[in-house]
Amino acid sequence: MPDGALPVLDVQNLKTVFQTRSGEVHAVNDVSFSLRPGELLGVVGESGSGKSVTMMSLLGLLPTPPADVRGGTVMFDDKDLLNVDSKTLRDVRGGKIGFVFQDPMTSLNPVYTVGMQIMEPLRKHMGMNKKQAAARAQELLELVGIPDAKRRLSDYPHQFSGGMRQRVMIAIALACDPQVLIADEPTTALDVTIQAQILELMKELRTKLGMAVIWITHDLGVIAGIADRVMVMYGGQVVEHATVEDLFTDPQHPYTRALLKTIPTIAGERAARLTVIEGQPPIMKDAPASCAFRDRCDVAFDRCAVENPPRYDLGAGHDAACFYDARTGAPRDA
Amino acid sequence: MLIYTIRRLLISIPTLLFIAFVIFMLLELAPGDPMAQMPLTIPPEVKEKMRLALGLGEPWYVRFPLWLNQFFIVEPQYWIDSKFGTNFADGAQRIISFQSRSPVFDTIAQRMPQTLWVVGMSYVVGVLIALPIGIISAYRQYSVFDQAGTFVSMIGFSVPPFFSGVLLIVIFSVQLKWLPSIYDTTHVVTNWDSFVFQLRQMIMPVMVLALQTTAQVSRYMRASMLDNLTQDYVRTARAKGMSETTVVLKHVLRNSMIPVVTVIALGIPSIFGGAIITEQIFKVNGLGQLLIIALQGNDIPMVMTITFLLAVLIVMMNLIADVLYGILDPRIRYD
Repeated sequence: MPDGALPVLDVQNLKTVFQTRSGEVHAVNDVSFSLRPGELLGVVGESGSGKSVTMMSLLGLLPTPPADVRGGTVMFDDKDLLNVDSKTLRDVRGGKIGFVFQDPMTSLNPVYTVGMQIMEPLRKHMGMNKKQAAARAQELLELVGIPDAKRRLSDYPHQFSGGMRQRVMIAIALACDPQVLIADEPTTALDVTIQAQILELMKELRTKLGMAVIWITHDLGVIAGIADRVMVMYGGQVVEHATVEDLFTDPQHPYTRALLKTIPTIAGERAARLTVIEGQPPIMKDAPASCAFRDRCDVAFDRCAVENPPRYDLGAGHDAACFYDARTGAPRDA
Repeated sequence: MLIYTIRRLLISIPTLLFIAFVIFMLLELAPGDPMAQMPLTIPPEVKEKMRLALGLGEPWYVRFPLWLNQFFIVEPQYWIDSKFGTNFADGAQRIISFQSRSPVFDTIAQRMPQTLWVVGMSYVVGVLIALPIGIISAYRQYSVFDQAGTFVSMIGFSVPPFFSGVLLIVIFSVQLKWLPSIYDTTHVVTNWDSFVFQLRQMIMPVMVLALQTTAQVSRYMRASMLDNLTQDYVRTARAKGMSETTVVLKHVLRNSMIPVVTVIALGIPSIFGGAIITEQIFKVNGLGQLLIIALQGNDIPMVMTITFLLAVLIVMMNLIADVLYGILDPRIRYD
């Protein structure tokens, strides 16, 4: 990871709100992060913590209404993606930022051939003709490890297995040599062996192509294996952010610590009961005015109920949004 | 796909034979006498002889195979003879109308163009209006356009043609005197003026029938588009940087057309049914009117033949719908 390099993607104070029948839901609250060239940023959190919504807000992929990106800046290529015309945004989507989605079974269009679906962005963003695009599509399928690539270009998605379809999705995302690849739980819908294969593939492609990756997951094991830095999200906010080593050896936010405890181990005669974090993740009806995690927190105190903790800088690129200082075991100064 | 189509064609033969038998037996069991409209002054014994001359003295198991023979063998032979100047038919007995004593198929051939022009045109117009309405309504759900579309479809669904037809005649023919209320089937298009006349006399019957088609098809189209617009592959297409036009008209539309194609194909026979009433209102001298007159006169061969032709149309449209389904959706290609 090249330290100090200018970030390729810089997100500041992103806010996304959903309008629902029963009022507003604040799905993303003041999320800031940056991504340096070539690095892999892991984003972890429970379902509903705002991981996917954050990433889709960046590229305007959320349906509006009900979604509403209220504020913030997303700097990419010296442009604020939240304030560009739709044509510029479309050039970025699929051209400079690739997206891989969670469910490969439904993410491909069932009525068009895989080849056509890979060639579409090539022809749009790279201005290739049909022949060039077909050649490149074949190359891409080979790159993501699909055997007999030339013949499979004319196959339809239903003729591929789940893992193979996810490889096709990755091929589509990589088609135009993007600077950033956003992978939204790309292995969640796959079984474990296929998961491992896709992970290996991504690691290999990342070193080969040198792009920056944002990897969304709720699987800490996956993160430990591939990420450079990790961002932990809860209630639509970043609660902790650190290098992967720091996060696993020195977690500072009570939520991160609780998450790490939930990883089951196979040590011991008989596995103890699985550890769980009691309670439900919150549904943010209002912009947070208190700590979103306090109801489930074991170190919460009165200040947590009246103020939302900011992200405290703990040095060495590590920060945590908590009033309780785990290093000293005492509340931070007001 | 070709093998599937051929297999389906072969399977439709016993289906059609069974339908023919059911229609024949229904007409056989129905009350009514082909001689009922003869003048009362004709003595009963003469009437009896006339009945025998029409073949009504024979039992059904003789008359049904005879009809089948005439429909499937004799009539095609006459058709080939008229086209190529051959002599396959060799003077065999054709299906004869009880009322006019002329061959049923000649009458049908005379009436068919009127019906096809009015019904066919209204269906094409209806579908062509319905598809864009459905697409835009779904893409801009709950917009003013969508609400207006919903309102118009509701009218199309709930107002029957025998009401909307008469209403149009009252407004445009009686009050405003813009359009003729009677469809002139003898009119021949030779120049621009006669073409305009043809258009003017077609507008009202076509609109009445098209309103129904539009109402139904646009609703199906809208529902199907709404189903597909929220699918994951649409998000993928957007994430690839495709323009909204490509996303909607290429990715979503093709998927949405799959169920709608079935509705369109299966709607073709039913619109012929609806045309029966519309033809009566606008005095279009078409198949529907022919069928009604034949029913009133107990003209069994005519009723039997027209009804059976409609059955053939339904079976064929089913087949076409299935084949189109397979063409649009690669997951259900029948190989």
